[in-house]
Amino acid sequence: MSAAIGHLTRGTSGPRTGQLTEPRWIQIILILVTLGFLGLFLFVPLAAVFTEAFRKGWSVYVAAIGEPVALAAIRLTLLAAAIAVPFNLIFGVAASWCIAKFEFMGKNILITLIDLPFAVSPVISGLIYILLFGAQGVFGDWLQAHHVQIVFAVPGIVLATTFVTFPFVARELIPVMQSTGTDQEEAALVLGANGWQTFFKVTLPSVKWGLLYGVILCNARAMGEFGAVSVVSGHIRGVTNTIPLHVEILYNEYNFAAAFAVASLLAFLALITLAAKTYVEHQFQKSSAVIPVDS
Amino acid sequence: MSIEIRHLSKTFPNGFQAVKDVSFNMETGSLVAILGPSGSGKSTLLRMIAGLEIPDRGEILLTGREATLLSARDRNVGFVFQHYALFRHMTVWDNIAFGLQMRKATKEEIKHRVAELIHLVQLDGLEKRYPTQLSGGQRQRVAVARALAPHPQVLLLDEPFGALDAKVREELQEWITELHEKSQVTTLFVTHDQHEAMSIASHILVMNRGIVEQEGTPLEIFDHPATEFVAQFVGETNYVDAVVTEPELAIWGPFKYSVTGYAAGQKVRIYFRPNDVYITSREESLQVKGKITKTRFKGPVIELEIEVGGDKPVLAHVPKGLTLASGFVEGRQVFVGITGFHQFALPGQ
Repeated sequence: MSAAIGHLTRGTSGPRTGQLTEPRWIQIILILVTLGFLGLFLFVPLAAVFTEAFRKGWSVYVAAIGEPVALAAIRLTLLAAAIAVPFNLIFGVAASWCIAKFEFMGKNILITLIDLPFAVSPVISGLIYILLFGAQGVFGDWLQAHHVQIVFAVPGIVLATTFVTFPFVARELIPVMQSTGTDQEEAALVLGANGWQTFFKVTLPSVKWGLLYGVILCNARAMGEFGAVSVVSGHIRGVTNTIPLHVEILYNEYNFAAAFAVASLLAFLALITLAAKTYVEHQFQKSSAVIPVDS
Repeated sequence: MSIEIRHLSKTFPNGFQAVKDVSFNMETGSLVAILGPSGSGKSTLLRMIAGLEIPDRGEILLTGREATLLSARDRNVGFVFQHYALFRHMTVWDNIAFGLQMRKATKEEIKHRVAELIHLVQLDGLEKRYPTQLSGGQRQRVAVARALAPHPQVLLLDEPFGALDAKVREELQEWITELHEKSQVTTLFVTHDQHEAMSIASHILVMNRGIVEQEGTPLEIFDHPATEFVAQFVGETNYVDAVVTEPELAIWGPFKYSVTGYAAGQKVRIYFRPNDVYITSREESLQVKGKITKTRFKGPVIELEIEVGGDKPVLAHVPKGLTLASGFVEGRQVFVGITGFHQFALPGQ
C-alpha cells in the first residue's frame, strides 16, 4: 500500500495518543480483501484438487498413480528435471558471473537474451524445436538419415524443458552477485588465490542461498512445464508423456479421479517448493543482511 | 621491500585519465601516505601497485624487480580495502587464515600465525565471530590482520579509516602507527584526510588530477607548499589576490607583501595560514588596524574573522586562552600582522 498516510493525533494533556498507521477499519478491510482473494484463487482450487483426488477412496488414488503409464510419466518428468536443472545451474552461474563481475561488449544483449524464454510463449518455444528438428525441419533430413529422433521423443522434451527454465538461476543470481561487488574477489586474488579458488571459496559461498533459491524455482517450473513440452511430446503414452501431459490426457478421457490423483502430485510438489523457498528465502535474508558501516 | 614507480600512466576505457606520468621511490620499511581529493588518481595508483589495475605505460619495480605485469597473486603485497572486503561467510579465524592456505602453509604454521595476528590486532576471543558480528573498527583490524598474514613485503591501504567514525578513526590511526613500528613492513596508504596523512606518515605524496603535486615530509608540505594546489589543499588557509605595484612589492588592502620575480601590474595570489596571523591589542611593528566581525569556536583555537579593509575578511586562529584573556570579541578593534605567506602567479599571467 503506497498510500500509507499516517496521521498523528496528539492530546492536549496526558499521554500522547499517537497513531502512525491507517485506522483500524481500513486495516481490517485490507486484510479481508487479501484473504478473500487468496482463498478464492489459491486455497479453494488446492483443496478441490485433493478432494477430487481422494473422492473415490485411497485405493483408486494409489491405483491411478501406480499405473505403469503414470509411473512412466513420473519417471520422464524426473529425468527432464534431472537434466535441465543441473544444466541451467551451470549456465546460470556462468552467465551471472560474467555479467556481474566483468565489463564486456554486448553485456546488455546477453542480459536481454537470458530473459527471452520469459518473454516468448512456451508454445512458441516448443514450435522452435519442431521447426529445427522435426521431419520437415531444418535438420530433419540429416537427423532421419542418422536415425536420430529428437522431437516426439525424450530428447525433445529435455530440450524444451531446458529452454523454458534457463532464466531462473541466472535471474536470481545476477542481482546477488552485483550487490556483493568485486571487492572480495580482489581481496582473494591479492591473498594468492587463483581463479578457481576464488570462485569456489569466495564467490560461490557468498551467493549460495540465492543459488539454491534459483534452483528451487527452476526445478518447480521444469516439472510443471506444459506448453512447450506439449508441442514437442507427441503425447505417446508411457513414452513421451510428462506428469502435466498425463493429467491432461486423463482429464480429456473423463477419468477425473485419476486425473486429479496425478495432479495432486504436482500440487504436492508446489507445496514442498513453497516450503523450501520460504526457508531458503529466510536464510538468504539473514546472510545478505547489510553490514552496517559504523563502529 | 622498496617500491619504485617510473612514469606510470593509466586511462580508463571511458577516457578518464586517472594517473599521468607518476614517478616516485619508496624505501624499505617506510610509512608513506598518498594524499589527494577524490578523483585525484590516488586509489588507482595504489591498485596498480597491488596488481588490481594494469597501467597503460610506465614501470613498477618491487625490490628492484620488474613487477608491472605480474599478477596480483604473485606480488606478495597485502591490501586493505576501504570497505574491509572481508569474506562474509567466513569467521575471523578463517578470514585471516585464507592467505596462508592459498600459499600452501602447513596446518601448524597457519594455526601459529593466525593466533599471533589475532593477538597483534587485539581481537583475542573473537576468532569464531563472523564479520557481521563485529564493529567497524574490529572489521578493519581483521582486514589488516588478513593482509599481514602471508608476510607481505608491502602493505597497501586504500582509505582504510574512511568509513569509521571520528573517535574510532583516531584510535586506529594511532594503532596503525604502532603496528608499523612493530612490524617494520613497508606501508603505503591512500587518504583524502590531511590530518590522517600528517599524523601517520613520515612522507607524503600530494596528488591532484593524476599527477604528484609535491612529495616530502609533513612539515615540508605544510610549511613549504610547492604548488598552489598544495597550498590551498593542505591545512586551512587565507588567500587574497594582490597586485604588484613596484618591483618586489605586492599590495592587497592594507597589507604589503615583498615578492620577487614579478613585473609591476601583475597579479599574484597570496596564501597565508590562519595560525600565521597574529593579533594584538596594542600596535606593534608591521601591523595594520582591523575589526573582529565574527568569532567561531574550534576547540583549542578560536577562529576570528577580521575586517582589515580588503575585499574580504582575514581568518586568524588564536589560542582559546589568549582570546579570552585579551578580550577578543566581535566588534573589537585589533592589530593584525602576518608572519609567513606563499605566493603563486595567478593563472594566465
